[in-house]
Amino acid sequence: MQVSMTVNGEAVTRDIEPRVLLVHFIRENLGLTGTHWGCDTSNCGTCVVLMDGQPVKSCTVLAAMADGHDIRTVEGLVVGGALDPVQQGFMEEHGLQCGFCTPGMMLTARALLDRNPHPDDSEIRQAISGQICRCTGYATIVRSVQWAAAHPAVTDTAADGAGTGESNSEEVTA
Amino acid sequence: MQIPAPFDYERASDVANALALLERHGPESRAIAGGHSLLPMMKLRLARPEWLIDINDLAELDFIRREGDQLCVGALTRHTALLESTEVAGLFPIVRDAELVIADPVVRNRGTIGGSLCQADPAEDLSTVCDVLRAKAVIRGPGGERIVPMSDFHRGPYETAVAQNELLCEIRFTIRPRSGSAYEKVERRVGDWAVVAAGAAVVLSADGTIEEAAVGLTSVGLDGTVGEAEAVLRGQQPQEDLFVEAARIAAAACHPVDDQRGPVDYKRHLADELTRRVLRRACVRATGAEEG
Repeated sequence: MQVSMTVNGEAVTRDIEPRVLLVHFIRENLGLTGTHWGCDTSNCGTCVVLMDGQPVKSCTVLAAMADGHDIRTVEGLVVGGALDPVQQGFMEEHGLQCGFCTPGMMLTARALLDRNPHPDDSEIRQAISGQICRCTGYATIVRSVQWAAAHPAVTDTAADGAGTGESNSEEVTA
Repeated sequence: MQIPAPFDYERASDVANALALLERHGPESRAIAGGHSLLPMMKLRLARPEWLIDINDLAELDFIRREGDQLCVGALTRHTALLESTEVAGLFPIVRDAELVIADPVVRNRGTIGGSLCQADPAEDLSTVCDVLRAKAVIRGPGGERIVPMSDFHRGPYETAVAQNELLCEIRFTIRPRSGSAYEKVERRVGDWAVVAAGAAVVLSADGTIEEAAVGLTSVGLDGTVGEAEAVLRGQQPQEDLFVEAARIAAAACHPVDDQRGPVDYKRHLADELTRRVLRRACVRATGAEEG
């Protein structure tokens, strides 16, 4: 079957088998290997991508289900050659060691900050609670997200709108 | 690498179209919403549908609205929406209690209430929640619409009253004054299935006695709610001795099995302790004395 979607702002169309999972579509059909493929059971969260601005585990979404939707992967965090504050924060605060969980962590962090620009530590921990860091670097991951919150990109709002075509910033937090 | 067996895929445009597709493609076709129950089953080849009918575009099934004394929740409502609804939290705090401990925030962005109920996993939290709230399921099929109480909805593990050519469309909860509800779960780690969980709902009469009560347990082999415990509660003033007695009965009535989540004695202990806690909390909430 044919699927079409927007990935990091770019329209893509491919012929695939209906059983292809979004994570494999992104990695193998599109060659975007920044999205990692981990546990395969929607537990580890390294495969998280943003679908219409919301974090989803791409190992448990069919590529067919993403047809017509807007997908943002870790490659899409860079806007105009500038790192997203979340990426910068992971550098500044040593938010990664082996780096395996990092793409999922950063996208969940991006989605959190889009909705809640100044989360407290418990809100960050709650947001990433579906993701596992095997180096147990949670403390530094939380600090990295806090760094990003404290250093929003000057063009953050504009860049987000342009980068994803969708922004969830209007959604109400609990 | 876990990949489902081959299947064909079609996306439904509305409920009528979904029903037509389920009818056309026959017994080996299944509706898929969030996919967080069905896709894992398909990856493990425990489910091998030949057709998947994607109902994610059925916006008509994505709603939370009040109609008279009913709170109506569309089957396609995501866990996140249920968790974030202040109306749901105010009327049925048990739903928020449960949603906070269902999987994790990212999974909750996809999973739906309808999918959870139709999967009918014995360890599934919303089944217990709907049981104790005496919810009704609105099911549509080729013959039209029918309304099924939760007591008839569950037919056993992974089996429900929804036929292959039907679709669960809506869940209805009756809003009662002086009511309270609560849910508590013990899990091995955040986001896991319950070792044991308990849910309770009560309605108090004007003089403060318990007019109606419902007690349910998750993951311990119980069909529906615990009638004997409910009978003991009815007509009594809510107090600790009563909760202890009802919890003892509930713990004795369930059928836990020894597995990787714990031995039978431990699970029975949890059933007892958790039932006391949720009864206590449900009664406090019914008096309006709690945070809300």
